[in-house]
Amino acid sequence: MVHNRSILSHNIDNGCFPSPHLDAFPAGLRVLVVDDDPTWLRILEKMLKKCFYQVTTCCLAIEALKKLREKKDAYDIVISDVNMPDMDGFKLLEHVGLEMDLPVIMMSVDGETSRVMKGVQHGACDYLLKPIRMKELRNIWQHVLRKRIHEAREFETLEGIHLMRNGSNHTDDSNMFAVGGEMNLMKKRKDLDNKHDDDKEFGDQTSLKKARVIWSVDLHQKFVKAVNRIGFDKVGPKKILDLMNVPWLTRENVASHLQKYRLYLSRLQKENDQKSSTGLSFLNSLNKQQNDGAIDEFRYSDGTLKLHMDTTSHEVDLNGIVTRPTIEKIRASTCDITDPKIRKSSQIGRNQPFESAESEANHTVFEYSTVSTQCSWNEVPKRPLKEEQNTQKHFQIDQSQSMNSNPSDYKSVYISPVNLMVSEVDTFSSQSKSLIANDQSPDIIFASNLSSKDPGYNLSCISDMEIYQRNLILDSHAASTPLDEDLHLFLLQGEYYNMNFGMQNIEMSEYYDPRLIAEVPTNLYDSADYS
Amino acid sequence: MDRNNSRRQLAAMKQSLFDQGHLDEQFIQLEELQDDANPNFVEEIVTLYYRDSSRLISSLEQTLERNPLDFNKLDTIMHQFKGSSSSIGAKKVKAESTLIREYCRTGNAEGCRKSFQQMKKEYVALRKRLENYFQLARQAGPMDRASRPK
Repeated sequence: MVHNRSILSHNIDNGCFPSPHLDAFPAGLRVLVVDDDPTWLRILEKMLKKCFYQVTTCCLAIEALKKLREKKDAYDIVISDVNMPDMDGFKLLEHVGLEMDLPVIMMSVDGETSRVMKGVQHGACDYLLKPIRMKELRNIWQHVLRKRIHEAREFETLEGIHLMRNGSNHTDDSNMFAVGGEMNLMKKRKDLDNKHDDDKEFGDQTSLKKARVIWSVDLHQKFVKAVNRIGFDKVGPKKILDLMNVPWLTRENVASHLQKYRLYLSRLQKENDQKSSTGLSFLNSLNKQQNDGAIDEFRYSDGTLKLHMDTTSHEVDLNGIVTRPTIEKIRASTCDITDPKIRKSSQIGRNQPFESAESEANHTVFEYSTVSTQCSWNEVPKRPLKEEQNTQKHFQIDQSQSMNSNPSDYKSVYISPVNLMVSEVDTFSSQSKSLIANDQSPDIIFASNLSSKDPGYNLSCISDMEIYQRNLILDSHAASTPLDEDLHLFLLQGEYYNMNFGMQNIEMSEYYDPRLIAEVPTNLYDSADYS
Repeated sequence: MDRNNSRRQLAAMKQSLFDQGHLDEQFIQLEELQDDANPNFVEEIVTLYYRDSSRLISSLEQTLERNPLDFNKLDTIMHQFKGSSSSIGAKKVKAESTLIREYCRTGNAEGCRKSFQQMKKEYVALRKRLENYFQLARQAGPMDRASRPK
C-alpha cells in the first residue's frame, strides 16, 4: 500500500498539480478563497491551512479573476462567497468555469433552496452554508479529483470515439448527440446546462450564458482534425473555427475547448514525463493494481455511450485514474499471462461479452506495445506478428473467433515525438480499455500501449513503433485479408486514423484470451518490464 | 493559583455566554483553530469582526433613518451583517438579524427599527463581555485546548 501511495502522490504531484506540493494529496491543494467579509476570509484561511492546503485569499471578485488569469495553472479550486460588492458571486463562478475551468465552491449564510439551485445551475460544484465547518473543507479536494477524472474521461472518450468514427462514413452532423441521449458522458461537467441542449442556437456566446456548447464526438472530431491540420503549435481558436466550418460555433466555444484540450494534454504529458523520470516500473504498479476494482468500461450499446468507472480503485491518481489502471490492466494481461486471477480482475466491470475471451488480436496488439524489442511473442498462435508486420502492409490480427465485422482499414499512422506520443498513447491505452464494445457495438480502438513508465522501455517502444509505422501505412484495401477483423495500432498525435470498423458485431471481447495468453512465452515480458 | 482561578473564572464566563445564548458552536470552532501558530486566534477574529461590522452598523443606522425605508438596501446590508456575525458565533445577534430580514421582506418598517435597536444592544453587550473574556484569558495564560461548555 505504501508503494501505491507514493506512486499516487508522485502522479498527483507532478502529473496533476504542476507546482510543487507536499507529497501527500490532498495536502498542498491550491485554494483560492474569495470573500468580501474579512472575518470569514481570515477564518477560512486558517481552516484551509489546517487542512494543509495552500491558501490564497481575495476580498474582491475582480481581484480573484485577475489572480486566476495571471497564472492559469496556479490554483486547483476556488471557494467564493455568493454575495460580493463588486461582482455577483454567480458571475464570478461563470467566469471561472469558462475561462479557467476550475471547480468552484460557493458559500453563503443564506441556504435558501433557490440560491443553492442557482449556484448549481451556474456550475458550482458545491454550495456551503456559513458557518462552515472544518470537516466540510477537508473534503473539498474531491471536487478537484472528480473534475480531473471527468476531464480525462471526456477527452479520452472523445478522442477515442473520434478515432473510431474517422473510419466510418458516419459523417452526418446530425450525430450531435442530444445531451439526454446517447453521449451523456459528453456532457459538460455542469450537468444542469444540459437542458440547453439546443446548443446550436447559442451562436452568439459572447455573453456569458449558462448554456454551453456540448462537445459531441463529431464536433470534437472536427476540432481535432482542425487542430492537427493546423499543427498543434500553431493552433488558435480562430483558425480552428475556420477549419471546422461549423456555423453555429463561436470562437469563444472553440477557445475554451482548446484550452481544456491543452490542459488535458499537458497533464497527460506531465504525468508521462514524471513517470519516465521516476522510472516507475510498470509492472510494479501493475502488480499492486491488479486487483483493483477500477475499470474503465465503455459500453456502446444501442448507440449509447456510457463510460463507467468503478471508483473503488484506490489509485486515486488524478491524471491516471483513467489511464493508469487501464494501462496496468493491459499490462496485466501481457505480463501475468498465466494468472487467470489477474485477467479476471481486469475484466471486472466489463460487459459480459468480454468474458468470452476471444481476443487474440487485442492481446497481441497490446503485447506489441508492451514488449519492447522482442517481438518474438509473435509466436502467438495464429500469427507470427513480427514477420507479418514486415511483410504485410498492415498489422492484422486474427480474430476469427470473435470478430466478425468488416475489416478496418486506416490510412496512416503517425508517430509523434516521444513525449507527446507517449502521452497520447496513454490516452489510448485507456481508451482502448474504455472503448470496449460489447456485442452490439462494432467499434473498437486499440492503442499501442506504449509505456513511458521507464525510460528504457520508451526507447524500445519507440523503435518498435517506428517499425510498425512503416508497416502500418495502409491503403484502403487493408481489408483484403480474410480476417474477420483487423486490429491496428495507432497513435493519436499528429493525425487521426481512418478506422473503418464495420458496423457489425465486434465482440470486442477480451484482450486476454486465455488460450492466447497461455501460449505466449512468459519470458518475453521480463526484459521489457523489469528494468 | 492565581492562574487556576483565572482559568476557572474564564470557564465560567464562557459557560454563561453559552447558557445565555449569546454564543454558539462557531465560537468553539474558532477556539479549535487556535494553535501555536495563532495563539490568540479567537481574539483576533472577534476583533476583526467588531471592526468590520461597525461600519455595517453605521450603514444600517443611516438606512434606517431614511423615509421611506429602503427595504431592499436594508436587507442587503443585513444579509452581510448576518453572515459576518455567524463568523464568531454571535447567536443572539444572528437571530435578531434574521428577524430584521423578515421584517424587510414583509415591509414592516417599525419592526425593522425596533429589531435593530434590540440587535444593537446585544451586539454592544456581547462586545463588552468578550473584551472581558479575552482580558481574563490573557491573564490565565494559554489554554491547553478548546473546551466545550457543558
